[in-house]
Amino acid sequence: MAFNLILFYLFAAIAVVTALLVVVQSNPVYSVLLLIGSFMGLAGLYVLLDAPFVAVIQIIVYAGAIMVLFLFVVMLLNAPREAAVRSRLLESAGTRVIGAILALAFAAEMAWALTRSRTLAMSAAGRPSFSVPQIGQRLFQEYAFAFEATSILILVAMVGAVTLAGRHLVKDRRSGS
Amino acid sequence: MAELTHYLILSGVLFTIGTAGVLLRRNVITVLLSIEVMLNAVNLTFIAFGHFLGSPDGQIIVFFVITVAAAEAAVGLALVIALFRHVETLNPDAFRQLRG
Repeated sequence: MAFNLILFYLFAAIAVVTALLVVVQSNPVYSVLLLIGSFMGLAGLYVLLDAPFVAVIQIIVYAGAIMVLFLFVVMLLNAPREAAVRSRLLESAGTRVIGAILALAFAAEMAWALTRSRTLAMSAAGRPSFSVPQIGQRLFQEYAFAFEATSILILVAMVGAVTLAGRHLVKDRRSGS
Repeated sequence: MAELTHYLILSGVLFTIGTAGVLLRRNVITVLLSIEVMLNAVNLTFIAFGHFLGSPDGQIIVFFVITVAAAEAAVGLALVIALFRHVETLNPDAFRQLRG
């Protein structure tokens, strides 16, 4: 059981450190690659939480497909290193005060919510774990409508992406006007 | 044994990192990446609650969140390409054509 806790801290450290580096990096290519590391850490946590199916989906779909799409766009645009732009809005005192107040409010809210969730963690023993067929049956019976709705959403997103990024439309508009 | 509180704190930390990225970075692609970090923090909360409540619904909702994230990434990156073609920069402060 203690081994479990060590693994939790290991994966949590991987996820948090790489996520921090994603935000701090000025080169978008490194950001994308570090985010894949963060997803790996989270996939490890999903395995610890008895959800191996989601862990595999996380690596194949998220780290595999979506991040490759990001990497493709970063390299397609030959994205420049972000210049250290100092914006007046970020440096004004009023913005900092409001940000500090909001951060303190969020921290207090989290502390309040987490001290109340202690009762839930007590019922830890005898939890059932779910196999992939069980999840699949539930997905295609109770959540069948949501599943079909997401398939339509994917189709709409695909058409939208082609319409937005398609070069032929830009040419048509320029020649037409 | 890691308890629910551990996972919720980790999720809160990740979500805060993602929010800071969205607010502080001046590169549209990094902003989209920070949104992915936030979505993953929420996914971790769903899985943790599903595990500790003994319900498979957490995993199923994460499945849908990943699908929607894929659609969001596709449309968002298409918008980035279209914008880059017009203004030749990725700084969101430069996208001000629609400002009245």
